[in-house]
Amino acid sequence: MKIGVLALQGAVKEHLKMIENAGAEAIVIKTSDQCDEIDGIIIPGGESTTIGRLMKLYGFIEKLNEFSKQRKPIFGTCAGMILLAKEVVGKSENHLGLMDMKVARNAFGRQRESFEANLPIKGLESPLRAVFIRAPLIEEVGSGVEVLSEYNGKIVAARQGHLLAASFHPELTDDFRLHSYFINMVKQFSLVK
Amino acid sequence: METGTPRVKRGMADMQKGGVIMDVMNAEQAKIAEAAGASAVMALERVPSDIRAAGGVARMADPTVMEEVMKVVSIPVMAKSRIGHFVEAKMLEAMGVDYIDESEVLTPADEVFHIQKEEFTVPFVCGARDLGEALRRIGEGASMIRTKGEPGTGNIVEAVRHMRMMVSQIRKVQNMSKDELMTEAKNLGAPYELILQVHESGKLPVVNFAAGGVATPADAALMMHLGSDGVFVGSGIFKSDNPEKFAKAIVEATTHYTDYELLVKVSKDLGTPMKGIEISKLDKSERMQERGW
Repeated sequence: MKIGVLALQGAVKEHLKMIENAGAEAIVIKTSDQCDEIDGIIIPGGESTTIGRLMKLYGFIEKLNEFSKQRKPIFGTCAGMILLAKEVVGKSENHLGLMDMKVARNAFGRQRESFEANLPIKGLESPLRAVFIRAPLIEEVGSGVEVLSEYNGKIVAARQGHLLAASFHPELTDDFRLHSYFINMVKQFSLVK
Repeated sequence: METGTPRVKRGMADMQKGGVIMDVMNAEQAKIAEAAGASAVMALERVPSDIRAAGGVARMADPTVMEEVMKVVSIPVMAKSRIGHFVEAKMLEAMGVDYIDESEVLTPADEVFHIQKEEFTVPFVCGARDLGEALRRIGEGASMIRTKGEPGTGNIVEAVRHMRMMVSQIRKVQNMSKDELMTEAKNLGAPYELILQVHESGKLPVVNFAAGGVATPADAALMMHLGSDGVFVGSGIFKSDNPEKFAKAIVEATTHYTDYELLVKVSKDLGTPMKGIEISKLDKSERMQERGW
């Protein structure tokens, strides 16, 4: 099983390492054609305006929409979550628009307000050390979206079938349980097919 | 909940990887940079080439510049303080700037001590010419390193020298036997614990960007090949003929630095890049890289 990490900008290496530690093969994705070789993809943290612009330029918007139609799992962390969302507060356009949720960017404030905290997540036995960097949050979710985690009453992780989103950076610690969770999703959806 | 931890500060730099951080002097330029795909902007009153031309003492910019820029963009905003000027740095932190560059581009405020950066909640980036200098800054709490290069010259030669030096010294430390490390720490003037980390991991403990002389998409791609995690472009963009096109081209070149056909495509019809300066024509006192230690 091969998991890709979209490598246009942002924290790519960290995700590659986590995927490998969790026991799957990790691939750097630089062109949209490469999406045909993989069973699931992670859209990493970085700057959503930068990654979004490059995705559009290199045909990733159409390609990942097709990828999602085939029910291949996509996991967006931080900027990746913004790119997955159907609605972004204050923006008239979305990027991929795949997940039925409304997200707010830089919702916790500027860098000096960035933080780490222990976060309980549905499906994980004990809390995960979650690193929030100029993080977005989910303001609203549609009926098909399951909330996986809240921090101070705000939604910070959610799942909609084969789509997974987190406001924080699970790739910045050594704890790869959320990556294992995603890899299990990829396994399940490849069995269904 | 904890703010300002090393993981939060270094993680912020990790999110910049593969990106281009652009110098901007006002809100309008910041908007152009963001739309072109900059991963962050550095808000300044003057770009390095203008500072060089103006001479005199260069200080932290007027807070109005940073505030204006922070108002109009959603990407991170960085700003520069003078080396050793912790009050300027505290002011930048109070303003809510996302990253502070303790920079040799400004006139140093302290010729002996750099800022003690660990105690700040906001992360710092610092320039370095070699591994020892990089590890000294990290020892003081820097969460990101960049080459010093020679700012405001449009000449990549110094950034290349500094990046090659760091990479080769890292390789050397990695291949040493453990009993050689203390002497190497002494020779490089670097903290032993950090030398040990480099020995074990084969890389700097923080992100390492290229800066100081990047003037074309090809320059950006060259620095990525040499091991940079991303690039800072100072005078290069807004001193070129067509800043918007130039900015977009440098962003693409940084992402796809091994795709030479794409590099050709984005380099076409860019107009005149900034006028460069040959380093040997600079008097030693005009070399910004000599500032700091």
